[in-house]
Amino acid sequence: MRILTGNDLRTGAVVWWTGTFWSIHVEEAADVVGEEDRVIGREEASRRVNAAYAIDAELHDGAPRPAHIKDRIRALGPTVRPDLTLKPADPAAGSWVI
Amino acid sequence: MYRYDDYDQAMVDTRVAEFRDQARRRLEGRLSEDQFKPLRLMNGLYLQLHAYMLRVAIPYGTLDARQMRALADIADNYDRGYGHFTTRQNIQYNWIKLEEAANLLADLAKVEMHAIQTSGNCIRNISSDHFAGAAADEVADPRPYAELLRQWSSFHPEFSALPRKFKIAVIASERDRAAMRLHDIGIRIVRRGDALGAQFWVGGGMGRTPMVAPCIREFVPIDQLVTYSEACLRVYNRHGRRDNKFKARIKILVHELGAAEYTRQVEEEFAHLLTLGIEPPAAELARIAAMFDEPLEPAESAAPDRSDPDFALWMDRNTHPHKLPGYISAVISLKPVGGIPGDATADQMRLMADLAERYGNGELRVTHTQNIVLPHVRQAELHGLWSALEPAGLGAANIDTVEDIIACPGLDYCSLANARSIPVAQRIAERFAANGRTAVLGELKLKISGCINACGHHHAGHIGILGVDRKGTENYQLLLGGSEAEDVSLGKITGPGFDETGIVDAVETATKVYLKERDEGERFLDTYRRIGMEPFKAALYG
Amino acid sequence: MAELLRFRADEPADHPGITVDAFLDQPDADAVRIEPGDDARALIPHLARLRLVEVNFPIFGDGRGYSSARILREAGYGGELRAVGDVLVDQIAALRRCGFDGFDPDQPLDPADTEIAFARWSAVYQPAADGRAPIWAARHGETA
Repeated sequence: MRILTGNDLRTGAVVWWTGTFWSIHVEEAADVVGEEDRVIGREEASRRVNAAYAIDAELHDGAPRPAHIKDRIRALGPTVRPDLTLKPADPAAGSWVI
Repeated sequence: MYRYDDYDQAMVDTRVAEFRDQARRRLEGRLSEDQFKPLRLMNGLYLQLHAYMLRVAIPYGTLDARQMRALADIADNYDRGYGHFTTRQNIQYNWIKLEEAANLLADLAKVEMHAIQTSGNCIRNISSDHFAGAAADEVADPRPYAELLRQWSSFHPEFSALPRKFKIAVIASERDRAAMRLHDIGIRIVRRGDALGAQFWVGGGMGRTPMVAPCIREFVPIDQLVTYSEACLRVYNRHGRRDNKFKARIKILVHELGAAEYTRQVEEEFAHLLTLGIEPPAAELARIAAMFDEPLEPAESAAPDRSDPDFALWMDRNTHPHKLPGYISAVISLKPVGGIPGDATADQMRLMADLAERYGNGELRVTHTQNIVLPHVRQAELHGLWSALEPAGLGAANIDTVEDIIACPGLDYCSLANARSIPVAQRIAERFAANGRTAVLGELKLKISGCINACGHHHAGHIGILGVDRKGTENYQLLLGGSEAEDVSLGKITGPGFDETGIVDAVETATKVYLKERDEGERFLDTYRRIGMEPFKAALYG
Repeated sequence: MAELLRFRADEPADHPGITVDAFLDQPDADAVRIEPGDDARALIPHLARLRLVEVNFPIFGDGRGYSSARILREAGYGGELRAVGDVLVDQIAALRRCGFDGFDPDQPLDPADTEIAFARWSAVYQPAADGRAPIWAARHGETA
């Protein structure tokens, strides 16, 4: 599957395209195969997202998992500061990234 | 220390207002990201892996307690309670919001600080020796010259869109504690008879094409320092390559032209610029220098009590001789075993500020090795300082050891990175702390970069590690034999790379070769230089 | 074409600049357009007959034109120095300092933003080609 990610223009937060809005949770990312450029163009023009790009992902326990480690780190947070990630209480979060 | 006058203050205040306006126009959609990006970069604002990242300049690595406290407040008020000290004497915040960035810059301006030109294709923060003004081996304090150049380079209209970034370091000692020859311009203040001058080394750098700068002028009279710098920059701005980002640094220009031809062009431009009267008068240098020349209270020479072995070890490893009797420079390690190299919490910053006031003259320095220096500590009170550091996690006695690792933020934070750097640094420090060999290995500079851009100075490590992306997985190359000091050299890759566990083992293997082969008094680097790569290769891959 | 912004009292040239090569071939030409890779110093022997130098910025990030401008002013060129191409409002203050006194960007400049940009910097740290005295001169009672 192809999913879209970028950063919130105002806050810089990592966000994922759900099909209707940008979410900070990669689990909510929608498959946009074939629609990547159109959605990115529209969303950047309306300043709802900054520096958006499309990536490969696959379903993992029913939720999208980015194909590349860089985007998995973006999705979770820094592996060296679990307390600052989106899942500070989840001991399995690190293995999802690596 | 340098203090802003009304002019300096007006300049940073104006910049804050300008940036506020630019950010507003971006948020309103009147600037595209392509147009806004160079503007935000010239105010230190990146878009990084998780958020906007702001790099704040600490000119020539010097700040005072009030400024350190302001940095702590910024960490609390705009970020997540910590900051990261970098290899170019800056501090970076990792979780900044664009809509708050102008307010943050305004807070910085209140304590005479800024993020001006800490990124972008312009002249960056000017770095220096972290023991400047305190070390016994200098011909002068290099910081007044760095400040003169800071003002010259700030908002320089001609050099606001250079081919690529431009980094300058200024030192004043034969000892090089600032990686001077690995800068675009390295300047060493030297004495010739009664006169001070500047030695210019141009075209060094790390990154994907590491080069050691050649000397292009042995002695520029000190009252022509700015003019000569302007000549170096103009030749670069006009002739540096703009067809390929990866060949745009001045090192490529100097290499392709040859140092002799580059020098000839600079000298020609210099002769022309001398006719224009662009050099600040001697009175301006004197005005600046006077602010760095605050006398320290006399202190009695007092060798600290070494009966506590932990304190004695810390004193041996984490201090540096001072030019005045009764004083010593102390290095606060930001490398606790298992910690994140260069990170400090807001509370740690406040404590360091308090200690700088209590045990020194309120001054602090940031080192390119990502530690903090209190330059002027009264010897008699050194034990008190150490006692206060320990409970705050700032007491590691490991400066210049294998545990004192330089590491870039790597793939945990950086959008350019190919591999994580911090976990590798953590595992290596833990390995040597556990096997107890840190002490016997002595001086061993280990530097880790998460990509070829080399922010972690891997080329210049006695042992260097470069993270690469091998088909989507992190892989680490090992380099041996680099140095950023006066015995500068570039490390060589040993061979095929390793995974995360493998690179930790490989570093340990390399240190075992050293321990077996070393002669009396040799450091790791000395042994490597004597015996060469082969014994290490045999042990690593044999 | 956007409106020409000009800081000169004389009448603007009524024709655009020609390439440096063409200019050097035509002894009666009085307007030239220099590209980033052109050597501005090639024009120095011909300054007396020049009334317009257009300096092209094909992309705003290519800063060679800043040096070209200063070099011409340092050589005594007194005619119009016009920045053309991808010239943005956030650059015009620095361009002015390098000696530009005409601006004819591809995209029109917002008049209010332009006014703010030119008025913003009340002092400067270094001498350039605009005759402004640097801060160090003011500090030490000199007039540059």
